[in-house]
Amino acid sequence: MKGIPYSYSMRNLWTRRFTTLLTASGMGLVVFVFAATLMLTEGLQKTLVATGSPDNVMVLRKSSNSEVQSGVERAQAELLESQPEVAIGPDGNPLLAKELVVLINLKKRDSNKPSNVVIRGISAVSLQLRPAVVLKEGRMPRAGSAEVVAGASLARRFHGCGLGETLRFGMRDWRVVGVFDAGSTGFSSEIWGDVDQMMQAFRRPVYSSVIFRLKDTTGFDAYKARVEGDPRLTVEAKRETRYYLDQSEAMSQFLNILGMVLTVVFSIGAVIGATITMYAAVANRVTEIGTLRALGFQRRSIMSAFVLESLLLGLCGGILGVVGASFMQLITISTMNWASFSELAFSFALTFGILWKSLLFSLVMGFMGGALPAVRAARMNIVVALRAT
Amino acid sequence: MPASGEPIVVIRNLAKSYRRGSQVIPVLSDINFDIARGEFVALMGPSGSGKSTLLNLIAGIDSADAGSIRIGEVEITRLAESELARWRAGNVGFIFQFYNLIPVLTAYENVELPLLLTGLKRRQRREHVEAALSVVGLADRMEHYPSQLSGGQQQRVAIARAIVTDPEILVADEPTGDLDRVSAEEILKLMDRLVHDFGKTVIMVTHDPRAAEKAHLIRHLEKGELSPI
Repeated sequence: MKGIPYSYSMRNLWTRRFTTLLTASGMGLVVFVFAATLMLTEGLQKTLVATGSPDNVMVLRKSSNSEVQSGVERAQAELLESQPEVAIGPDGNPLLAKELVVLINLKKRDSNKPSNVVIRGISAVSLQLRPAVVLKEGRMPRAGSAEVVAGASLARRFHGCGLGETLRFGMRDWRVVGVFDAGSTGFSSEIWGDVDQMMQAFRRPVYSSVIFRLKDTTGFDAYKARVEGDPRLTVEAKRETRYYLDQSEAMSQFLNILGMVLTVVFSIGAVIGATITMYAAVANRVTEIGTLRALGFQRRSIMSAFVLESLLLGLCGGILGVVGASFMQLITISTMNWASFSELAFSFALTFGILWKSLLFSLVMGFMGGALPAVRAARMNIVVALRAT
Repeated sequence: MPASGEPIVVIRNLAKSYRRGSQVIPVLSDINFDIARGEFVALMGPSGSGKSTLLNLIAGIDSADAGSIRIGEVEITRLAESELARWRAGNVGFIFQFYNLIPVLTAYENVELPLLLTGLKRRQRREHVEAALSVVGLADRMEHYPSQLSGGQQQRVAIARAIVTDPEILVADEPTGDLDRVSAEEILKLMDRLVHDFGKTVIMVTHDPRAAEKAHLIRHLEKGELSPI
């Protein structure tokens, strides 16, 4: 070891702990915003991607970006059902659901404000195609009846969605006979009822989408090529996971841009704060710097000691920010999914990747804040520094 | 050990000036000066006479405009900055007026600092530090921080730091300037011991005639020139 001991940098931070804490808090705030944005995007993607299953294929009208915009005619749906790639269930029926997606307005329980909610008309195998969806209370709606089941997240937050309550839409009253839990997937924010009843109620002659399980997951490409090339069909096929990832893209991008703009603006402030703190640290220790140089420590040792001090300062901020951000996992955000114009609930998700990125970011801020003061410390003239006593 | 005739410091035609804006202020001019090994030299003179500048040049922390300084076998006026830093680490011990201890490091760690540049193992460093602190009589205060020590004790820690690498030359800039009479006396006795028992060469700048009395040789500087002996 030929440098100034690490304890020198660490103890100097500890000695002026109040300043250290204030500066680190400023940086912590930035790291918090940075981490929270990444966690939000991660949470959104997790929710939407988890909504899909890689074995499932979603068929939509060509160039429609979401189920809401899509329409698949009955005749086309029959044709899709007869394709050889569709898996067959234990009862001999194809594992294929023709579904309808409609948006309606429901009032929130807490604010009484209306918000868009997805109504999904389901087929008999819809539940089977989505293993993440589990009936929590009550039962599934009977075919041919005006009954619905609501996602747990909706049941909690919207008027009329609780078990035993009644909803009015499509000029009919619908009784909520069950509540299903779909974990952190987007289905938790949907209402499901019999597709044929829904089509009548909403006067829709066509389905929104056709979803089926692949017999063999490798068969997707061949299926896609054939179906999309068939002149009788005006549809496109996507794996369900891909579909939901695409859905999350616009929102993630928006969140990322917003988060990055905030982070960049804040981080400039935090770096300036760290620079001021480190300049003050250098100014207060001019004699020490002169002494260390006189004892034989090289300029680069002085620079390293101050850069290390600033990196540690950044790391303190990083840890504060990440700890703060980790509490955000307790919060569930409910917002508009711009791809489907419907309500979507998701949580902040902290991953190891985000943790490392945030800590690295805090170190970068620490380095940027400490670089100039460290250079000044290293460039001091020994005699002038010693005379500063 | 008395001073032997062989000079350890040989200064020839040394000149140094400072620049203040466009003004050039001469500080030292044509200094020729030898210091024998094991000698205790006091440099005296009024403020601004250039005595601290001369000390800094001998210690290798300032650079001369002209002339040469040879210390032992090394002409330090020819060394590049980083070589000079390495040379200082092994060959000069510094004693400052205000002790210049690092406040966040303990007495032990302060004394250990110069050894960190030597490549010694931790155990060897410990032996050296303990020996140096014993010489100054502070072996029992190793874990104290400078703020927990009196001025005299701090200066003794600083002396331990100066001798821990066993350099031949010790430079002291007003070592008693910040101390009361009793502590100052102790420090001077200690420096005297370093010369007599350990054979160190001490060059001390001082205003204090009592301190200068301890020296074998007193040289006066006036307006950048050394008075004749």
